[in-house]
Amino acid sequence: MSTTTTKDSRSREKAPAGEKVADWADGRLGIYSLAKANMRKIFPDHWSFMLGEICLYSFIIIILTGVYLTLFFHPSMNEIEYHGSYVPLQGQMMSEAFASTLDISFDVRGGLLIRQIHHWAAIVFLAGMFVHMMRVFFTGAFRKPREINWLFGFLLFVLGMFTGFTGYSLPDDLLSGTGVRFTQGAILATPIVGTYISMFLFGGEFPGGDFVSRFYSIHILLLPGIMLGLVVGHLILVFYHKHTQFAGPGKTNKNVVGMPLLPVYMAKAGGFFFLVFGFIAMLSAVASINPIWVLGPYRPDQVSTGAQPDWYMGFAEGLIRAMPGWEINLWGHTLVLGVFIPLVLFGLFLGVIALYPFIESWITGDKREHHILDRPRNAPTRTGFGVAWVTAYMIMLIGGGNDIVATHFHLSINSVTWFVRIGFFVGPVVAFIVTKRICLGLQRRDADKVLHGRESGIIKRLPHGEFIEVHEPLSQEALHTLTAHEQYKPAEIGPAVDENGVERKVKGSQKLRAKLSNAYFGEDNQIPKPTAEEYKEITSGHGHH
Amino acid sequence: MSSQDIPEENLPAERAADEHGAVSVADEKHPFADPGLPPHEHRIQDIDERAAKRSERAVAFLFTMSMLATVGFIAAFVAIPVDEIVYIWPLGHISGLNFALGMTLGLALFCIGAGAVHWARTLMSDEEIADERHAIEASPEDRAKVHADFKQGAKESALGRRKLIRNTMLGALTLVPLSGIVLLRDLGPLPEDKLRHTLWRRGKLLVNMNTDEPLRASDVTVGSLTFAKPEGLEEHDHEFQNEIAKAALMIVRLEPKDIKDKRELEWSHEGIVAYSKICTHVGCPISLYEQQTHHVLCPCHQSTFDLSDGARVIFGPAGHALPQLRIGVNDEGYLEALGDFDEPVGPSFWERG
Repeated sequence: MSTTTTKDSRSREKAPAGEKVADWADGRLGIYSLAKANMRKIFPDHWSFMLGEICLYSFIIIILTGVYLTLFFHPSMNEIEYHGSYVPLQGQMMSEAFASTLDISFDVRGGLLIRQIHHWAAIVFLAGMFVHMMRVFFTGAFRKPREINWLFGFLLFVLGMFTGFTGYSLPDDLLSGTGVRFTQGAILATPIVGTYISMFLFGGEFPGGDFVSRFYSIHILLLPGIMLGLVVGHLILVFYHKHTQFAGPGKTNKNVVGMPLLPVYMAKAGGFFFLVFGFIAMLSAVASINPIWVLGPYRPDQVSTGAQPDWYMGFAEGLIRAMPGWEINLWGHTLVLGVFIPLVLFGLFLGVIALYPFIESWITGDKREHHILDRPRNAPTRTGFGVAWVTAYMIMLIGGGNDIVATHFHLSINSVTWFVRIGFFVGPVVAFIVTKRICLGLQRRDADKVLHGRESGIIKRLPHGEFIEVHEPLSQEALHTLTAHEQYKPAEIGPAVDENGVERKVKGSQKLRAKLSNAYFGEDNQIPKPTAEEYKEITSGHGHH
Repeated sequence: MSSQDIPEENLPAERAADEHGAVSVADEKHPFADPGLPPHEHRIQDIDERAAKRSERAVAFLFTMSMLATVGFIAAFVAIPVDEIVYIWPLGHISGLNFALGMTLGLALFCIGAGAVHWARTLMSDEEIADERHAIEASPEDRAKVHADFKQGAKESALGRRKLIRNTMLGALTLVPLSGIVLLRDLGPLPEDKLRHTLWRRGKLLVNMNTDEPLRASDVTVGSLTFAKPEGLEEHDHEFQNEIAKAALMIVRLEPKDIKDKRELEWSHEGIVAYSKICTHVGCPISLYEQQTHHVLCPCHQSTFDLSDGARVIFGPAGHALPQLRIGVNDEGYLEALGDFDEPVGPSFWERG
C-alpha cells in the first residue's frame, strides 16, 4: 500500500480521492506493479517516431466513426426505387446499401461529415502505415528483437488494405462496383478453383445479391477484430521492447534516453491524437471524398471513365493494367496468365516485406539485440533495396493511373503503359545503384568530417601563397555520433580444402550467403569508418590537412 | 541457417565503452568515446516566470477556443438546415452544414491537441532521462527452469509414452475443423455452366438500352455506338443485375467492305455487328468508341479492341477478342439474335477452354 509522503498536511490526514480510487483498483487489478514499470517509462524523441502514432490514432478514429455509420447504413442489395432528398437520383433503381449511403450523406445531420472523416482517416491510416514501415525499414528497427512486431505491422498493413477495399465497396456505387467486378474477374483467373471461389464469395453469379452484406461483416467485424488484436499486440511489444533510439552522446544499446510517459509523452501523444483527429475533421469539412451521388448506383453494364481505386490499391491496379494479356489454352483449359501473374506478383511484392528481416539476419548471422537505429546511409545495400522496392511500387502506382496520367499530361496511353512495363524492371535497378552510390558518398563525407573536421568556410592564405580552407575539428559529441555505427565484415566460405587437404563440401546456401554478405558488407559496399589510429595520425599534427 | 556456421569475428566488436556506461573523457586510445548525455539546457520558461505565464495563457487560450468551437458545433447542428448549399471561396458550392460541423469539430479537437502539446513542450520538464534496458531473453537460470518444468509436465502427461492417445488426439483435432469448412459449402452454387450462357436466344429482339424500344436495322447509323439488352429484361426484374452483367451488348454499323474478318461479316447484318460489352480482361463494361478506326476502349484498364477485325485485342491487358453475337433481321425489320454467344462472355477462367 502506498502511503503519501508529501508535505501537504491535508494529505497526511486523509488520502485524496484519486489515491483512494487507485488503491481500490490496485487491490483488485494489481495496477501498481504495472504502473511502476510504465508510468515513468522513457520514450526517445525523434520526429519519425510519430508516424506510427498517426496510424494508431487514425485507426481509433476509423473505429469511432465506423460504429456511428453502422447505425444508419443498411448492408442490403435489395433493389429499391429511390425517393430521398437527392433530386437527381429520384426514381432510380438502386440497392438499399446505396440508398442508405445517400441518406447518410443528405438526410442525417453530420452524416456526411462522419462518412468523410471515416474515409479520409482510412486513407491517412494506410499512408501512415506505409511511411511508418519505411521509417522502420530504413533505420533497421526491424532487427532482433523486433522481427515479430515487424510482422504484426506488416499484417496490419495488408489487412488494412483489404479492410479499406471491403469498406469502399459497401455503398454499391458505380465506382466501387467496378472495383468489385475487377476483383471478381481476377478471382476467376485463379487456376482450377477460380470459378468456385467466385461463386462462393458472391453467392452465385456476379454481382448477385449477397456481396454487400458479406463484405459488411468482413469489413466491420472480421478484419477490424483481427486488426484490433494486432494493434494491441503491436503496442504491448513496443512497450516491452522499449523504443529504439538513434546513436548519440549518452545513448547506447543498453539504455533508452528520452522523456517520461507521465507527463510529457502523455501530453504529447495524447495531444497528438487530437491534432490528427482535428486535422482529419477539417479536411473532411473542405475536401469531398468519394461523392457516390455523382457516380450513381452500380450497374454491371455501366462505367465511368477515370475509374481509380483508393491509393493503396493503386499498385495492384497498375500490375493488372501493365501486364500483357497472355492467355494459354491447353487441353480444354485456360490459364489466364495476363491476370494471374499480377495476382501472384501482388502477393510476392507484399510478402517480401514480411520476409526481409529474416533474410537480413541470415546474411549477417547477427543474433544480438539491436536498439540503436541505423542511419540509412550506413546500411547502403539495405537502403538500396528499400528504395528499389518503393520505386517499383511507385511505378506501379503510376501504372494504376495510366489513364489519368495520359489525360493530364497529354500523353499517349500506350506510351505511358510501355513506360510502366519497362520501368517496372529497369527503375528498381537504377534506383538501387543510385541509392547505394549516394549512401557510400555520404559515408565518405562522414568519415572525412571525422578525420578532417568540418569545412568552416574560412579561407586562409599561407605564407607561401597557398590558399587553404580551415577545417574545424568536430565536437566530441559529433565525433562519437558519426562513428557509433557498427560495421560487419563479409562472411567467408573458408578454404576449399580442410586441414587434411580433403575437399570441403560447401552447401549452396552457404555460398549464396557469402555472396550476399559480400554484397552487403564487402569492400566496395561500405566505407570503413575512421579508426582511432587514422584519427591520431591525422590529428597529431604532421602538417597535412 | 544455424549460428554455428558464422564465424564470430565477422560480427562487429562492441566497444568497451558501450558496455559499461559512458567514457566521459576522450583519451588517446578512445578518440571517439561517448561523452555521455549533454548537460540539460534550460528553456526560457524554466528561468523566466513571465515567459512561463505567457505559455500558460497560450495553453489556456487554446483550450478555451476548443470550448467555443464545441458550442459552435452544437449551434451549427441546430441552426443550419441539412440541405443548405453555400458558396465558400475557394471551395465553391458546398454543404453549409458539413462545412460548419467539420470546421468546428476540427477546431475543437485541434485546439485540445495544440494546447496539450504546447503545455508539454514549454512547461513540463524537458530533461532527458536515461533508463536501462534489459535483455529480452530470459536469464540462463530461468531458461533452464522453464525447460525443466516443461519436460516435467510433458512427462507427467505421458503424451510421449502413450502414442495411441497422442495419435488419436492429433487425428481428432485435424478432422474437427473440416466441419467448419463443409459448412461453407452453401455460400454459393457450383459454377457448372452458368458462365457459358446468357439470356440471348434465337429470335430475341435487340432492345435499345436508352429508349427501351426494339432496334430496327435502320436505327443503327454508321459512326454511332448503341447499347442493347435482350427483349424482356427489365430494370425491375429480380435477376436484372446478373443478367445484364452477361448480356449487355454494343452495336455499331460498319461499311461491310471495312470488315476484315470473314466470320464477323457473316454474323453481321448489312454491316451491323453486335459484340459483348463486357471486357474479356476482368469484366468492365466497354464504353469508348472511336468512329474513325472502329476501335473500342475499356475505360478501366485500357484494353483496346478492333471492331472491324473480329474485335481482336490491339492493346492492353485483355487476353482474347470480344465475343460476337450473331444477328439478323426479322420479318418486321427488327434486329434479332440468331442464338446465344458461342463462347463465354467476360473474363477468362480455368474451365473456359
